[in-house]
Amino acid sequence: MNLLVILITAVFINNYVMSQFLGICPFLGVSKKVETAAGMGVAVIFVMALASAASWLVFNFILVPLKLDYLYNIAFILIIASLVQFVEMFIKKSSPSLYQALGVFLPLITTNCAVLGVAVSNMQKGYNFIEAVVNGVGGAVGFALAIILFAGIRERIARNKILPAVQGFPLALISAGLMSIAFLGFSGLSL
Amino acid sequence: MNNPLKVLKNGLLDENPTFVQVIGMCPTLAVTTSAINAVGMGLSVTAVLTCSNLFISLIRKFIPDEIRIPSFIVVIATFVTIVQLVLKAFIPSLDAALGLFIPLIVVNCLILARAEAYASKNDPVSSIFDGIGMGLGFTCALTCIGIVREILGSGAIFGVTILPEMFPRTITMILPPGAFFTLAFLMIAVNKIRASRAKA
Repeated sequence: MNLLVILITAVFINNYVMSQFLGICPFLGVSKKVETAAGMGVAVIFVMALASAASWLVFNFILVPLKLDYLYNIAFILIIASLVQFVEMFIKKSSPSLYQALGVFLPLITTNCAVLGVAVSNMQKGYNFIEAVVNGVGGAVGFALAIILFAGIRERIARNKILPAVQGFPLALISAGLMSIAFLGFSGLSL
Repeated sequence: MNNPLKVLKNGLLDENPTFVQVIGMCPTLAVTTSAINAVGMGLSVTAVLTCSNLFISLIRKFIPDEIRIPSFIVVIATFVTIVQLVLKAFIPSLDAALGLFIPLIVVNCLILARAEAYASKNDPVSSIFDGIGMGLGFTCALTCIGIVREILGSGAIFGVTILPEMFPRTITMILPPGAFFTLAFLMIAVNKIRASRAKA
């Protein structure tokens, strides 16, 4: 039950993009088409699940026993960077078709602050291993949901005639703001 | 060496990280619920950026090209940890308000972008000025957003109430949607000004 609460909270109520502002760069950058947004979403789910597991293990079995827990930030970013590299090599060998599909998105994920964000917040909240992984997967699913919905909206409004000053980023931000209002509705859920 | 004033102006206006380059968006949107948080975040980023620019510029000739990105990240993460510990020790209220976003300065693309695009190619002194200029440009942009959101959302500026009680507060402005809207409208204003300047 507790795990379900964590999952729903991570996907809807504390949606990483819409209410925590994590992962805004890829959210605005690769959301022009639904297909690429979906590719990015899947890649993030994959990496974030692995990153929450790996960072939890390193923090609790290496940093804490050595009393180096204040170095968590440096450790986590190295874990994520090497994990992304490793995942990229692994997928390239094992499933070339998936590699083709994810392609450019994998290296981009290192700088997705949602990934580091989930590792740090798992640690700050003192989650156990299972909770940390569930929180990571939930956060990533929330990210995928937001970016795919947003790409759908942007595809629809791309060809509308609009003032030149509003085109591009301002228009995307206004759409994101309206979406964020919709997501605020979830904060009324009491779990 | 590049002209320091020109480098500073470049960061503050011509290549303003928020309004022109549109990078480092996550903290820009997340911590601007009040002007004071925005200033705190901006100055923390400025400190990290200036130190990492200087350090990366000093060691730029020793870093092999293939592993430069991981090396930059380690340098940046070290300075972020220093800033975080300093804030925890001396300004705990700011540390609590910014929370998760202090460790996340590591993945602020602005800092990595300046390391890659500027500090790894220029001398240390110019790199310091580039760091200060870009950092202050970021701070100014964040403060603008913070001031707008704070006035509309809680009727105050830097924590001092300025709007009378009868004036309605728009709570949305300090909730997440307000961040998107404020940034959107400030960007429209900047685009307008740039367009009219280009004409003139």
